[in-house]
Amino acid sequence: MASITTTASVDTSQVLLAGSGRPDQNALDFVVRLRRARLGIIVALTAVVMIFVSYSSAYVVRQGLPTLDPRTGTLVRDWLPLQLPNFLLVNTLILLVSTLTMELARRQTIRTAFANGKESHAATRTETDGMPWLALTAILGVSFLAGQWLVWRELAASGFYVGTSPSSSFFYLLTGMHGIHLFGGIIALLATGAASLLRKSAVSQGVVVDATAWYWHFMTFLWVYILCLLEFAH
Amino acid sequence: MGLVLLVVIWLITFISAYFFVAKTWWLPVGASAAAAGIDHHFATTYVLMGIVFVAAQLSLGLFAWQYRERSATTPQAHYSHGNNKLEITWTVLTLILFVGLNFMSSSIWASERFRPAVSDAVQVEVTGMQFQWYFRYPGPDGKFGATQPQLQDPSGGGEAALGVDPADPASKDDVVAGTMYVPVNREIDVILRAEDVIHSFFIPAMRFKQDTVPGLAIHMHFTPITTGDYEIACSQLCGLGHYKMHGILRVVSQQDFDKWLAAREAEKQ
Amino acid sequence: MATSDFAAHAVHAHAAPTSWIRKYVFSLDHKVIGIQYFFLALTAVFVGMFLSLLMRIHLIWPAASLPLLGDIKPETYLTLLTMHGTIMVFFVLTTAPQGGFGNYFLPIQIGAPDMAFPVLNMLSFWVTALAFFVMIAAFFVVGGAPLHGWTGYPPLSALPSAGPGEGLGANLWVISIALFCLGALMSALNFITTTLDMRARGMTLMRMPLTCWAWFITAILGLLAFGVLLSAGILLLLDRNAGTSFFVPLVTINGQLTGHKGGSPLLWQHLFWFFGHPEVYIAILPAMGLCSQLLSVFSRKPIFGYKAMVYAMLSIGFLGFMVWGHHMFMSGMSPYTAFAFSVMTMVIGVPSAIKTFNWLGTIWRGHIRFTSPMLFALGFVSLFISGGISGPFLAQPVLDIQLHDTYFVVGHFHLIMGVASIFGIFAATYYWFPKMFGRMMSEGMARWHFFITLIGTYAIFMPMHYLGMAGHLRRYSQLTELNYLHGLVPVQIFMSYAAFITIAGQFIFLFNLFWSMKFGKKASDNPWEATTLEWTTATPPPHDNFGGHIPVVYNGPYEYSVPGAPRDYIMQTDPSTVTAH
Repeated sequence: MASITTTASVDTSQVLLAGSGRPDQNALDFVVRLRRARLGIIVALTAVVMIFVSYSSAYVVRQGLPTLDPRTGTLVRDWLPLQLPNFLLVNTLILLVSTLTMELARRQTIRTAFANGKESHAATRTETDGMPWLALTAILGVSFLAGQWLVWRELAASGFYVGTSPSSSFFYLLTGMHGIHLFGGIIALLATGAASLLRKSAVSQGVVVDATAWYWHFMTFLWVYILCLLEFAH
Repeated sequence: MGLVLLVVIWLITFISAYFFVAKTWWLPVGASAAAAGIDHHFATTYVLMGIVFVAAQLSLGLFAWQYRERSATTPQAHYSHGNNKLEITWTVLTLILFVGLNFMSSSIWASERFRPAVSDAVQVEVTGMQFQWYFRYPGPDGKFGATQPQLQDPSGGGEAALGVDPADPASKDDVVAGTMYVPVNREIDVILRAEDVIHSFFIPAMRFKQDTVPGLAIHMHFTPITTGDYEIACSQLCGLGHYKMHGILRVVSQQDFDKWLAAREAEKQ
Repeated sequence: MATSDFAAHAVHAHAAPTSWIRKYVFSLDHKVIGIQYFFLALTAVFVGMFLSLLMRIHLIWPAASLPLLGDIKPETYLTLLTMHGTIMVFFVLTTAPQGGFGNYFLPIQIGAPDMAFPVLNMLSFWVTALAFFVMIAAFFVVGGAPLHGWTGYPPLSALPSAGPGEGLGANLWVISIALFCLGALMSALNFITTTLDMRARGMTLMRMPLTCWAWFITAILGLLAFGVLLSAGILLLLDRNAGTSFFVPLVTINGQLTGHKGGSPLLWQHLFWFFGHPEVYIAILPAMGLCSQLLSVFSRKPIFGYKAMVYAMLSIGFLGFMVWGHHMFMSGMSPYTAFAFSVMTMVIGVPSAIKTFNWLGTIWRGHIRFTSPMLFALGFVSLFISGGISGPFLAQPVLDIQLHDTYFVVGHFHLIMGVASIFGIFAATYYWFPKMFGRMMSEGMARWHFFITLIGTYAIFMPMHYLGMAGHLRRYSQLTELNYLHGLVPVQIFMSYAAFITIAGQFIFLFNLFWSMKFGKKASDNPWEATTLEWTTATPPPHDNFGGHIPVVYNGPYEYSVPGAPRDYIMQTDPSTVTAH
């Protein structure tokens, strides 16, 4: 599982261990917690993948599924593809930028956490340099969700509600499920902000921000996947 | 305690096996062309699995008694972490048994299910609805008339329950009945439909079962070989009246079938 | 992968709680959470058992009127069977072995001070408890609980007009299951991370007790399967409440159009059974792991073929995801697909057979001690054989034609899940009670419980196979309509009486459980003379499991009767007699 830690953190922990002959408890604590949190996120994301795998297969099968037309007694296909609103591309851009800011936040916070680890037993510094990037990510995330809401409004205005047609049902389903998961990520970001204000240790914050970042990047990747599925899968 | 366990396990095994061997409660007599092959394979399966069942249970009981701890010290239990050769042997044997059984049954499955009905099969459309079976015959034109969900009226019985569209010329000679008449020794092409929820059309004597699914029209066939009345049961939970959703399959001679159908056609004029 | 004492210590520096709420209600301690899960399952099993009692009464005395409950109407019977199945499968079989005993003993058996994420652990319990509450609430709302079976096939489960209880009751049922999925996923996360990241030094994967392997593989199955059930549940909720038509084609209920069209009832079946088949392995794997453990301890012999047992469980888990179609042979699925699923199903029978051979190989030439856990372990093997042997019948589509949806299936899954798996839970209780509560359960009462239950459950469920072969359908609330059922009623009567006696026998267990907590003989730290880590620590274990001394492991978990050793067992932590394993 050494591959879960970044090269940077492995090197840092080597430096920390080599010098004193006795492992620095705080740094070891951070490495262990980081590895455990990353493992946890990967496991959690596996479950999320299964949800979207089942929806993807339902989507593909439904497109081609014939149903019995009682009038003729024959099987007919009733799939009418949905015209995807262009505004979705704007939202996609917002999410892509947010993944960049999330990554910047993650690197800053990890750096600070390691710096704290080198100091005395009690981690004292509680402000992380990653805060502005974290705040920006949260704002962009909220903007994305607001944008998705606007897209839903636009669709509804054109007469496409969740139950209107199979293609509209799947659209609302996939975007809705993604949105719920992204909302969870935003909550995690806000929680980190709160932790910082409440002066929780930089090590704790580092672990949470790192885990949230992995989750966030996956949400961006998942969104691009959903968009491609909706646009290209026939 | 070991002896008690042996006696209990052995008794349970012998009593269970007895009722299988004595066939006290058993498959109904088969009345379709496929039944003989299916029942033969059933017999093969239960003989082989029965041998495994008895051997395993008797060994369990025997070992429980034979290897009971007699004194707390010597001789000690036999220290061994297993035997790879034995593992491989019984794994391969089990695989051969299970996959072998499966391939034997697959040829029967293929012969029944991998081909559509023959071209001169007698067509009967079977429709399940809460909580009644209806049987529709296409009549001399060989075509089933259209049905419309909007026209369905279960309280009207027969054609009204199926929502047969009177405007469609093909439905003029359709006969709808509450009893399924079929001629003996002819292949019956059953078209299975459901109006509301999933039902399942089960004729135990014919070794015939198929779920009827709304939105699908499933073709399946069987050939009755003995005249008589056979009970039809619904075998998929469909609501309150699931237990009383039954019907009768009446297998008659070809002449009696033609007479019955002609009489029903005449009634329609 | 092992962490040092230091890091483990530092990472799990949550101090022992002091307030009553923190200690017993919102505890972060995996041992308390495990006991909470256990008592949730205990409540659920007595509710589920009561429902089945009512079912058995109704089948043989349809006109019977019960005090307080009155007449059992046909729709009531269907509600009883729906809720019986749902409660037993989810809140008993997926809760007690994994959430209950797994939570308590996985960390200890691998030498960890707690689960990886204690807060998540606490949340997973409370979400599961909430799910149970919502499930029970379905009984008390307008229309009552649903009647669509634990399998919930639409359109019956998707249309409120399709039957009584299919309105609000069915919504609550789906919501409860969705909540349960969330709880199960959280729990699976914890089990997997803990097993991979928190094993003590020397506790390699191949030195883990088979219980830990079972919990680990079960968690992986849960992680991959419960997400799919959650997806299906959400789609069903949308069909029921938002006007979508994922599962419902153009249908009429009693001549009335429903507004749905184009959906596929088979889609639900595929999604449900993709979850449903791994689910039954989730229900049985922990019991298999425990059975291996107990047969070894109480035969004073290593488990026969440890590696084979691990590979067998891994293949059962892996293959378990490829056989779901065998629940759908009659569904309208393509016969070619059915053939493929049936081949896979026969193949998955092989690792189960290997495990049975190895259990017999374990007790062979052993030194068997007939303690209560051992009795239930031996009973488990017998029941596993019986329940397993009926599998190959159902796995072959040509035979399944006759047997699908009959009592043959009911007999098969009850012997395997409803009895064998339950025996695993009983065995776990009798085995680990001394460690959890510091006292021994009464062996005398346990023996009565064992024999009544073993004989009783065989008497209830073995005859179901005969009924199934004779064509007796399942989920029939009355046996009066089909002529050919009349001759089978005496068998139903016999099964009901057997059920009354067996159910009564369970109160011996219940009494034994609570009586022993106060009055049982005081237990030593290792009353069974077993080798695994939970028996090295105090009884009950301290808050961090090992009192500050994280163990170091030198041996495998099954070193019994090692030639030349001073005693007939060598603890995993004993460095002095190092064996090859």
